[in-house]
Amino acid sequence: MSASATRQEGWSKAPAIVDYGEGELLEVSMGPHHPSTHGVFRMDVTLQGEQITKLKPVFGYLHRNHEKLGEGQSYLASMPYTDRLDYICSLTNNWAYALAVEKLVGQEVPERAEYLRVIVGELTRVQNHALSVGFLIQDMGASGTPLMYAFKEREKILDLFESLTGSRMMCNYMRFGGCRVDATPAWLDEVRRVVAGLPKFADEFERLLCTNEILMARTQGVGVLPAELAMSAGVTGPMLRASGVNYDIRKVDHYGIYDRFDFKVPLGSHGDVYDRFMIRLLELRESIKILEQALRDIPDGPVMDPKAKIRNFRPKPGEAYGRIEAPKGELGFYLISDGSGNPYRYRVRPPSFVNLTVLEDMCLGHNVADVVLILGSVDIVLGEVDR
Amino acid sequence: MKTVEEIKAAIEAAVPGAGVEIVQNPGPAAQHSLLLQPEHAVDVAKFLRDDAELALTFLSNVTGVDWPDKEITEKVKVTKMVTKTVDGVEQQVEETVEEPRKRVEPGYLEVVYHLYSMTKKHGPVVLRMRTKNRTDAVELPSMTPVWRSAEFQEREIFDLFGVVFTGHPDLRRILMWEGFKDHPMRRDYVEPDDYDYEPTAHDAVLAKATAHQARIAEQKGAGQ
Amino acid sequence: MAVDEQLKIEMGRQGVFVTTLEELYNWGRRSSIWPMNFGLACCAIEMIATTMARYDLARFGAEVFRPSPRQADMMIISGTVTKKMAPQVVRLYNQMAEPRYVIAMGACAISGGPFKQGYNVLKGIDRYIPVDVHIPGCPPRPEALLEAFIALQKKIDAQPLTGEARPRHLDAEAPGEFPVPEPGEHDLEPAANTSVWTVPVVIR
Repeated sequence: MSASATRQEGWSKAPAIVDYGEGELLEVSMGPHHPSTHGVFRMDVTLQGEQITKLKPVFGYLHRNHEKLGEGQSYLASMPYTDRLDYICSLTNNWAYALAVEKLVGQEVPERAEYLRVIVGELTRVQNHALSVGFLIQDMGASGTPLMYAFKEREKILDLFESLTGSRMMCNYMRFGGCRVDATPAWLDEVRRVVAGLPKFADEFERLLCTNEILMARTQGVGVLPAELAMSAGVTGPMLRASGVNYDIRKVDHYGIYDRFDFKVPLGSHGDVYDRFMIRLLELRESIKILEQALRDIPDGPVMDPKAKIRNFRPKPGEAYGRIEAPKGELGFYLISDGSGNPYRYRVRPPSFVNLTVLEDMCLGHNVADVVLILGSVDIVLGEVDR
Repeated sequence: MKTVEEIKAAIEAAVPGAGVEIVQNPGPAAQHSLLLQPEHAVDVAKFLRDDAELALTFLSNVTGVDWPDKEITEKVKVTKMVTKTVDGVEQQVEETVEEPRKRVEPGYLEVVYHLYSMTKKHGPVVLRMRTKNRTDAVELPSMTPVWRSAEFQEREIFDLFGVVFTGHPDLRRILMWEGFKDHPMRRDYVEPDDYDYEPTAHDAVLAKATAHQARIAEQKGAGQ
Repeated sequence: MAVDEQLKIEMGRQGVFVTTLEELYNWGRRSSIWPMNFGLACCAIEMIATTMARYDLARFGAEVFRPSPRQADMMIISGTVTKKMAPQVVRLYNQMAEPRYVIAMGACAISGGPFKQGYNVLKGIDRYIPVDVHIPGCPPRPEALLEAFIALQKKIDAQPLTGEARPRHLDAEAPGEFPVPEPGEHDLEPAANTSVWTVPVVIR
């Protein structure tokens, strides 16, 4: 199923700003407490009638000083904090941070651990995409049903995380040089069972949503993001690929063992809200493919490099930037070591923060009700935006 | 992809007098970086973006780093006239002595840019820029006109580190509120003293809490 | 004046329903608490999970999440309250109509949690507004939120309508508005509302 299969031509509305004359501007502050902002995010919107003429995002309502705290503690102590960056996908945050530290100290990861990382990472992507689609439809006014479908599936995946790592959301699973605990054969069987049920869920979800007339009317042609602007603004992840740019860090950087898996990178052609929505559903299917292959091939062996140092290590002075394709885009960690046990500089490159750069460009000329959808299609998590 | 040395040569050929220096990264990651002169930085950035071979169209990450003034103790060789008794005769002799001397290396604020190419799929190329000092000469040219993705990240650095980006379209505080005076990510930031209630304090927090209690006790003593 | 339990059962068998105004009033209040649709951070996701099919907060009469504070009875502080957000949280609390309740969900809302030493993190929302139920955890499981909710219902059930221990909304003298802190040059001003929060004494 391609992203444009169910597109109805003629529904796309070109944004045109109607001039109502001077003195008719209305300034609205959406947020920080607003049901559509997915947390504590604020947009200062200037309206001309119903149309947006200016939109300034205001951040910082969840600025928890992640980077400052990271500089004051050891490398290992920051690992549980990374869980709380993008609190929907804690395991991919763990992975990005572990990857950056492994680059900093030159650490290899055993094969089984790489497979486990792929399995938990792709499970995270599945639940994130399901959830973000659910929230997008919730913003559209379909209160409940799609989100409940998504949460039903998420609970199954969270149960897997819990039995592996001990926590539903804040998994704190990866270590520098591997993973914290090994998966039991029973756990892997359980994952196989859940993954076997995922295509059915994807079918059901797509049948419910993709050809829904209201959804198509509200999302097609809304919030168009041109490819050039997306590249210049550093937009990454499903949002970038919905604009037709083929850039998936799993394919570009060849980190982990993603080379071994056969999967496609879905691309959109219009760059509107509907494409971003479809890209997530298509990526969800690709993740299921990766999961099936990883679960088939996972070898036996250790999950930690026995020589790896986890705590009380002092990397040589130097720096490293490590990045992965998180469900929301490029998540990078930039670490500078001065030879002590704490990082001298600990920087998080948050995908959804940078993706919000183009929010104003996407919203200009649209109705105020569309802002909610456009923001929903960016898929932000405030813990990561504000850090 | 080109090595850092080749990129440096290409930049110097395209932007005369750019004065690019290579900053070596001794760690295993070996991501060496290029230190730009602020005056030429925008030209260099435009070259890196528009050059057909490099095509660094994607500015991924902008980081601020604070390097405070460093006090360095080093041994300096000093020649001195020393009175010595040689062969029973007192005479002035020239002698070289090593003396420890303290020198303050001025600190600076640094901004690091990580560039990738979305079309050529290579990277990272790391650029750095440094301010003259940490107090009054903290201007650096903004990269926002070249790469839009710098917009919010540079605002964040302005907010948390106090680097002023000239040419930035909308330089305001982004994470902290308007009216906040400090730059909290600097190493010498003094946080508000609210350690009234620290039931499980340890390490650095315990020291701060104890200092706070002592200060309160002192104030009470002074009040009576 | 409470009615004897045995007598009540006996009367019920005879087809006579006996209750007190207090019981009836509290029963009505506790059975239809409308929470505010207000998420702050990580805990908000667990709060949403609680309302979803698996945990189903609706079983306790609290499924109607209202986005407007004017229509809500209960505020779940679900996550880290930053200093930038604290004035808005207090303002939202002020806008809620009495009787109103607050659940501080998670370590951050109670004390700042893992982020306590951050320069922009408020060390517990009870420095500005009164909190009825605290839930530890980072984040607390949905079951913990349900438990807290049941604890709140028990608390409401036990409230007398008259006398010294009567709830705030029946007390004309009780403060209705709580001062909103102002963002200052270095910190929030004031750093705590002393009429709500005093430094707890640690017994070691």
